[in-house]
Amino acid sequence: MNKIFKALLPPLIGLLLFVGVWALVAQSSPQLPGPAKTWASAVQLFSDPFYRKGPNDQGIGWNILASLQRVGIGFGMAAAIGIPLGFMIGRFQFLDAMTAPIISLLRPVSPLAWLPIGLLVFKAANPAAIWVIFISSIWPMIINTAVGVNRIPQDYMNVAKVLNLSEWKIFTKILFPAVLPYMITGIRLSIGVAWLVIVAAEMLTGGVGIGFWVWDEWNNLNVEHIIIAIFVVGIVGLLLEQALVMLAKRFSYE
Amino acid sequence: MEKYVQVENVQMLFDTKKGPFVALRDIDLTIAQGEFVTLIGHSGCGKSTLLNLIAGLTLPSSGAMLCAGREIAGPGPERGVVFQNHSLLPWLTCFENVHLAVERVFGRAESQANLKKRTHEALALVGLTHAEHKRPHEISGGMKQRVGIARALSMQPKVLLMDEPFGALDALTRAHLQDELMKIAQATHSTVVMVTHDVDEAVLLSDRIVMLTNGPAATIGEILHVELERPRERLALANEPKYHEYRAAVLEFLYHRQLRPAA
Repeated sequence: MNKIFKALLPPLIGLLLFVGVWALVAQSSPQLPGPAKTWASAVQLFSDPFYRKGPNDQGIGWNILASLQRVGIGFGMAAAIGIPLGFMIGRFQFLDAMTAPIISLLRPVSPLAWLPIGLLVFKAANPAAIWVIFISSIWPMIINTAVGVNRIPQDYMNVAKVLNLSEWKIFTKILFPAVLPYMITGIRLSIGVAWLVIVAAEMLTGGVGIGFWVWDEWNNLNVEHIIIAIFVVGIVGLLLEQALVMLAKRFSYE
Repeated sequence: MEKYVQVENVQMLFDTKKGPFVALRDIDLTIAQGEFVTLIGHSGCGKSTLLNLIAGLTLPSSGAMLCAGREIAGPGPERGVVFQNHSLLPWLTCFENVHLAVERVFGRAESQANLKKRTHEALALVGLTHAEHKRPHEISGGMKQRVGIARALSMQPKVLLMDEPFGALDALTRAHLQDELMKIAQATHSTVVMVTHDVDEAVLLSDRIVMLTNGPAATIGEILHVELERPRERLALANEPKYHEYRAAVLEFLYHRQLRPAA
């Protein structure tokens, strides 16, 4: 009991301080709603999260799910291409040298700079947003997987040589398990990037989604809802991160 | 006695930024079936390099290497290797680590049940039946090294190559494993080549001790025949004058004739 109390006390104090500062700032600036007002608005909002009143007025639940779906598709495609590509880049020097200039050139590009290309090619907002997620979340998975393959201890490869293992056995028994922790780190970074980018992308593309919802509420000057959206984005991001940390623990063998 | 491993006029160069580095030169060594040979020398003299050459992990710059009459062109199942740091795969259990080797060597010809039997037998040989389903991080350093030995033995190699297998272990565990290794080598009539820097270990285990000169360009300085009766018993040997003579001869070579300038 005492242990739980000790573990919970510091974060609780932190959160209370945060809410306190927010309340103080809100008092001196009349446009910014305070914690109490935001809370009341959130209770009302989440009492009916799944309503539909036309394409531009849907419950917060639908908006979150729409964003998650885009992230899921874009990220899924990035993983399906990025992870095998990372393996090949890590395994074959030639491919590494071949792709290195392209990756270093494209990786630092701001995610939203890809949006016009997506709109041009797909001629629709939704696939363009997915495209932005795809292209901005693929890099950490390629790079981390390749680094993982490069960092496999020579000892393990010597075992493979001495036992004369087939390429398939080398992949399933040595390469894949050894790279898995690096791969999961790449996936975590990618999910983080994808969730960061979706809000900005949806602000520009519109439709249903948490990013579009923020922009819509800004047009309605409903500041409480914008603050709620910030919390929702933060909490969903935190949950995604925690899910992947648990996945990483499941696969750690030390 | 049949010649099992032949190393003829082997030279090993490594390319470095400062040009080629001669690690080994003029190595001539013949190892007979059932013989226990240790390679001893100061660190950096290339004894591991020589073992890796016999293992086929590296190929010599010049010279010929034969094993059972065939040229060594790469690693092969007839040469089992025990690594210095055990090199078990941490995501596999002890059983799976050994099974991987068994499957590779006998998988084509034998049934699943037979492969499992071989794996159990190899682990039983090193006394680890109780730890079969543990992973490497759950067992002690000595046990890991024993799994490494079981993995190498399970392939029924013609030659067992060991690179300082007990170097990282405490003295008691080391003594225990040395005794076990002697028993196993005798029971299976194994040919063993072992790298060590431990003089007592070399005298206790070997039929011949191959002493290497200091690198660079190391070569075989002297070969000592250890003619002590087998089975050997470490306590009895302590009172055996011949044992101390051999020991003194190796020490004389290492610390008098090949003394390293303080590193």
